[in-house]
Order: sequence, then structure tokens, then C-alpha cells
Amino acid sequence: MQESNVFIQRQRRIAELSEKAKSYAGGALPKEDECPNCGIALKDLEDEMHSCHKCGFHLPISASKRLEMVFDGSYEQLFEKISAVNPISFPGYEQKLESVKSKAGINEACLAAVGYIGAIKAVCAVLDSGFLMGSMGTAVGEKITLSVEYAERHMLPLIIFSASGGARMQEGIFSLMQMAKTASAIKQFSDKGGFYISYLTHPTTGGVTASFASLGDIILAEPGALIGFAGPRVIEQTIKAALPEGFQRSEFLLEHGFIDAIIDRKSMKATLAQLLSLHQGRPGL
Amino acid sequence: MEKNLTKHSPVERVALAREAQRPKIRDYISALFEDFFETHGDRLYGDDKSMLCGIARFGNIPVTVAGNIKAATLAESIECNFGMANPEGYRKFQRAALQAEKFKRPIITFIDTPGAYPGVEAEMRGQGEAIARCIFMLSSLRVPIIAVFTGEGGSGGALAIAVSDRILMMENAIFSILSPEGFASILWKDSKRRDEACELMKLISEDLEHFGIADRIVEEPEGGAPSDPKFVFGKLKLALEEELSALMSLNIDELIKQRRKKYRFIGV
Repeated sequence: MQESNVFIQRQRRIAELSEKAKSYAGGALPKEDECPNCGIALKDLEDEMHSCHKCGFHLPISASKRLEMVFDGSYEQLFEKISAVNPISFPGYEQKLESVKSKAGINEACLAAVGYIGAIKAVCAVLDSGFLMGSMGTAVGEKITLSVEYAERHMLPLIIFSASGGARMQEGIFSLMQMAKTASAIKQFSDKGGFYISYLTHPTTGGVTASFASLGDIILAEPGALIGFAGPRVIEQTIKAALPEGFQRSEFLLEHGFIDAIIDRKSMKATLAQLLSLHQGRPGL
Repeated sequence: MEKNLTKHSPVERVALAREAQRPKIRDYISALFEDFFETHGDRLYGDDKSMLCGIARFGNIPVTVAGNIKAATLAESIECNFGMANPEGYRKFQRAALQAEKFKRPIITFIDTPGAYPGVEAEMRGQGEAIARCIFMLSSLRVPIIAVFTGEGGSGGALAIAVSDRILMMENAIFSILSPEGFASILWKDSKRRDEACELMKLISEDLEHFGIADRIVEEPEGGAPSDPKFVFGKLKLALEEELSALMSLNIDELIKQRRKKYRFIGV
């Protein structure tokens, strides 16, 4: 098979998978367990950290699964009560939220928690692409900001896992302003010497890329993740040409100097622990 | 201002905001400022012709001015990429803003863009990072900043140069999460439903003022800015004088505190 066919096929599979991801509730995988990339029957998913044992393709995981993978043991969830409002009175938005909440089993597209990673206390916020594509509205912006402020107040390192289609359309201009709110919080945290690791997962686009996700002291990415500002479809429509192979994938960003390293899920926890350990101690001394 | 409120629908207001004959950044600069000196380049890659940066005098105060360049004719529009900046544009702006901080010059930005340019090379050069860095920097920059929306303000590409102490909107300017076409395309996979999007998005100046995002609306004459640009320049000059003198009277730490507070409490 031609290389480009493989690529097109993979693209199609990813699209199918994200369709599937939308329709199933957080955590669990679709019933028909096969790798969206190589098609092999998936096995030992827990041991494989929800990636394909054959080709290494990283399956989407829920935010709660991510927290479970990252922390040493138990962790404490933060700001659980924060949920979205309908600031521009968008028709049908409340109903949409209710249905997504019951399907996904979480009340917003972001979970935040504090716990230990390699025995170092840290704050971790995770976006969930299973909740309205991980889009950032007021609740996500608020939870991210509260997490940054919590880390600042307690002098803890901060890790944010992004997975987002961008700003949430239904909350209009209020969603856009969350970019300013989160970036401003990161700036204050950074000025105080706070350490922030931004971990980009599939997909990270739009207003999330153009705010806190691009502002990490260290930026990591999972292999093969789609990362960019404009979505590929929008770019294709603008330039009226096919996009180059591998465009906007983690490997492309590493090549162009926008991320520090591609770290797969199996090395995720050890890498985070290593980086946290290297940044221990009082800032400014 | 009752006249426009009752007269024009959001669809018509979007059309007014995009009118080719609306005053552009260079018109505002020649009418309101003296001694304008344009600066070029980001010192990293190139000079973005859709982003203007420079130094000028407002009254007797040296200020940094910056903003999107749009044009009335097709040829000129191609030259300035229809007001859509690439990463080097945002980095040119960062350079100008940091220099403004160094020399303690207030910054006045003029926003008129459909959004950041969605292109292959823009992504290669880190469009997301460039915008994020502008917002990050402006949120704590130690000089007064005033943003003026003169036409359309679309998406992160507009916000990148709009994080400020005061947001002024010309009466027929718009500010939105995305262009109405993009909004319809993302939400309904149908850009032809743009009129519906205009109605739902709450993107006209009165909406933004009501939400506490715009601080002041600058009046336009009947029929919009092109029918009497002098009137518009006069109104904006007055507004800038008042806002700038209020901001300059504040202690800089107090100014930053108020700016952070403004953005901190938008939303939940």
C-alpha cells in the first residue's frame, strides 16, 4: 500500500475514533476493541496504558483515567462544583450540557486534582475530549485558573494535560475571554517562580493552543497528537490545497521547535517525576 | 445612540463593521497622532504587512501605536493579507509592546481583523504560541494599554492585541469568538448559516458593553463611520484623551491589579 494511502486511512480512522469518542461515556473503550491506526485487536490495555501493543497508537482516554495514571495513589479532586452557565443565552445549550453531563459522567470538560507524582506534591488539571470536544468555556477557564492559583498559593508545581477542540462556541465571547483569564493566571504564577508543565494530547487546537497550552516552562506531547491553532479543515479550505503529511502532529511541532519532547504514555509518569524533581527547591535562590 | 440600536439588525451591523470604506488604522493615525514613526520586523523572521507598529505623539504624550492593517481595494487587501496576521506579526507586536514598557509609553492598539491567518506556514512558525505569548505579556505589561475596535475583531487573532486596561469599541465594530461564517461552520458544519450566527453570537458593541467586556462605545454618525470620518475621529480623540488621562493618573501597580481583575472575573 502506498505511504499516502496509509496516511489518509489513518486520518479517516482518527476521525472515526473521535466520532466514537464523542458517543461513549468517559473511561471505557468502545466495545469493538481494535486499534484505530493498525486495525489489530487490542489487548492488555491497562498494561499498555491504553495504547496499541503493536503500533503504539495512543487511544483517547478520559480525564479521570489520566489522573489515575499520573498520581502515585489517591488524589484529591478540586473545584468539582464548577459547571457551565449559558452566558449568551444560546438556544438549547442547557439541554445539550445536561445530556453531555449524564453521558460523560462529569460536569465539565476539565478535572483538577492535587496529589503526589513520584512522591512530589503537584497540581494537575486535565481536559476531557469526551465532553463537548474538551472545548473551553467559562467553567473550563475557571477551573484552569483556579488550579493555577491553587498551585501558586501552595507553591506547588502545575501540570496541565490539554485535549481540546478550542474555545466553546455556545458561550461566545465569554469563551474567548477565558484565553486572557488563563494566560494572565499563568503569567502571575510564572512571575512568582512557579513551575508549569504543559502536556499536549490529541487533539489540542484553537483557543487552548493559543493560551495556556503554549505557555508551559516545559511542553511535552503524546506521540501523533494533532496540535495547532487553526484546524486542518479550516486551513485546507483557506489554502485550497491538501495538507502535507504529518502536518500539525506532535512530531511536526518538535521539528519546528514548539515542544520540548514527545513522551509516550509508558514514560509519562517517570518523565513527570524526573522534571518535578529537577525543579524542587525554592525559586529564586 | 438609540438610532442604530433600533434601526439595524446584527446582520446589518456586521456588514457595517466590514464596510470597505470604513476608516483604517492609518486614517486614525494621521487624524489623531503626530510624529508617527513606523517600526518594522520581528527581528526573528520577517515583517508582517498585516500588522502595523510604531511610535507617535498623542497630544504631548509619546505613545506606542499598533494594530491590524486592512485595505479598501483588492490589490491592497492582498498586500496586507486581508488583515490576518501571521506569527511574525504577533511577534513584531510583542517587540513593540516590550519597547513601550521599557520607555514607559502607553500603548494604543487598533483592532480590525477577521482573525489570525490559518495557513500552513503560520502553523509551522507557531501561530498558537505567538498569540498566547502576546496575551501572556499584555496581562502584566507595566504601561497603560487601550484597545480600540474599529471594525471586526475576530477570535484569538484579535484578542492577542486587545488585552488592555480599557476596551473601546466604535459603535459599529464587532468583537466575537470567531467570524460568523466560522462559527456557523464549526457549530452547524454550514457556513451559509452565517446570518443566523450573527443573530445569536451577541457580537455588536452594545452586547459587549452590556457584558462588561467593552468599557466604552464611541459614537458613529447615522449611516456609519464612512459617512462622516471627521465626526468619528473627533469622538475617538475625546474618548482616548479621557481614558488615557484616567489611566495615567493611576499608580502602575494599581493599574496592573485592576487589569488582572477585569480578566479574572469574566465568566463563571
